[in-house]
Amino acid sequence: MTYLSVHGVRKSYGDHEVVAGIDLELKPGECFGLLGPNGAGKTTTLRLCLGLTEPDAGTIRMFDLPVPVEARQARARAGVVPQIDNLDPDFTVAENLLVYGRYFGLADALLYARIPSLLEFAGLANRGDDNIKALSGGMKRRLTLARALINDPDLIFLDEPTTGLDPQARHLIWERLRNLLSQGKTIFLTTHFMDEAERLCHRLAIMDHGRVIVSGSPRELVRAHIEPQVVEIFGDGAEAWATAQGSRLSERCERTGETVFCYAHNVDALLHDLEQRPELHYLHRSANLEDVFLRLTGRDLRD
Amino acid sequence: MNRNRIWSSPRFSLRFIHVWRRNALVWRKLAVPSMLGNLADPMIYMLGFGYGLGHMLPDAFGTSYIAFIAAGTVCSSIMMSASFEAMYSGFSRMHMQKTWDAIMNAPISLDDILIAETTWAASKSLLSGCAVLLVAAALGLVKSWLAVWTIPVMLLTGLAFAGMGLVVTALAPSYDFFMYYFTLVITPMMMMCGVFFPTDQWPQALQQVAALLPLTHAVALVRPLMNDTVPVAWGMHLAMLALFAIISFQIALAFTRRRLLK
Repeated sequence: MTYLSVHGVRKSYGDHEVVAGIDLELKPGECFGLLGPNGAGKTTTLRLCLGLTEPDAGTIRMFDLPVPVEARQARARAGVVPQIDNLDPDFTVAENLLVYGRYFGLADALLYARIPSLLEFAGLANRGDDNIKALSGGMKRRLTLARALINDPDLIFLDEPTTGLDPQARHLIWERLRNLLSQGKTIFLTTHFMDEAERLCHRLAIMDHGRVIVSGSPRELVRAHIEPQVVEIFGDGAEAWATAQGSRLSERCERTGETVFCYAHNVDALLHDLEQRPELHYLHRSANLEDVFLRLTGRDLRD
Repeated sequence: MNRNRIWSSPRFSLRFIHVWRRNALVWRKLAVPSMLGNLADPMIYMLGFGYGLGHMLPDAFGTSYIAFIAAGTVCSSIMMSASFEAMYSGFSRMHMQKTWDAIMNAPISLDDILIAETTWAASKSLLSGCAVLLVAAALGLVKSWLAVWTIPVMLLTGLAFAGMGLVVTALAPSYDFFMYYFTLVITPMMMMCGVFFPTDQWPQALQQVAALLPLTHAVALVRPLMNDTVPVAWGMHLAMLALFAIISFQIALAFTRRRLLK
């Protein structure tokens, strides 16, 4: 059984192919992450899955219903946390949940029963009568998440759920999402935060220029695509050192801004060399998803 | 969406009622200032011109001038109220607050939202029209119960102007855009369609233009109904209003689909 299946889907705007033939599958209970730099086609993919725009080619099914033809019915079992907050500013916190629940055709009695536990979940237990304008960015995000749960969905779509939040607020959202996964919910999230994907996702796909470049579990991807050890070098002369020594002492040496990244299976010699150079600062760590991401999508700035 | 799909006929579900209720719930919070605003403007025109000019124009219209202008004011207040709601408030919900985006993530389609917005703007304008009608009745300007038949006319007029307003909203890049519509469409209609004086005061060519404008048909129905007379050619006037409502809705739907579902 799959909750969502996407096959050979393409979407162009004018001459620009934003989604250039992608395949995805989501099974019940898993957390799937779609990663990619800005403009990679993540949000368009999500809109396609929800039936908010028509693909030029390919097929999409959600809960075994064809999308977009029967997307309206399929969305009855889905929850969506959009990238941009679109809570209703004219309503209180609780009214936002009530009115949104009505869109699903749910009875007021059921909604009144459900709202307190959702406010609890969102950490807004005493804020039901508050105006939306009185909420912080983190609170709004949590309320948006609670709103997405009003219909007790099986599949939850989150489009960059923690963009623009402070670290405390992000950790709280992550904790709530793990909580939902432990309840058996299925999550489809897009993000460009690697730590977010690494923490939450069972499986992920890295997307760029409208295509899925690689997919797998976070660990598999790190193992398959990057050397295990990383040394980041910065400070005056880091670049000159990279040219003279770094490229010789590591398997791969790259530069982003004023930082040099050296990748290798064994970095002992490299670290020994750096010990002799007090003008250079360095950080030795294991490779992570961000290294995979940068390697596969390049280090150029995306706008 | 490809071109055929954009112009395909609407597919509604009854869920549109929940979107209508959402707008009604917001309105209820602001009902007093909203009603005051909707009522004050037409009242000022009606009483100002009615009493001010009325004495200088004794019975030139087969009735007192204030009764004549009361009927026009009922219609113009519907036009204004439906247009404002469909444009300024509609644009806020569509573009500024992204309320429609949020709703479309629920099992509600854009078609449902558009029908909800149209009927909501028409409902709100009906309320404005009824308020003016009640004031006119209190001033003794409504001659008989025949005036009750103005209610379906007002609703249809509201639907026509709501649809037209939503066409403009679908094309609007910002709030400033609505000024064009008000200056080039609404204000001329106010003058040309018999609100303040009969359309036959215009040169022949302009009379023909006026006959194609929705407000003319609303006035042609509401004025006799308020004056205890069955309107001449009422079927034709109703059909014209219905035509404006249906065609403008279909255009608004197509333009909005093109804008939001691309």
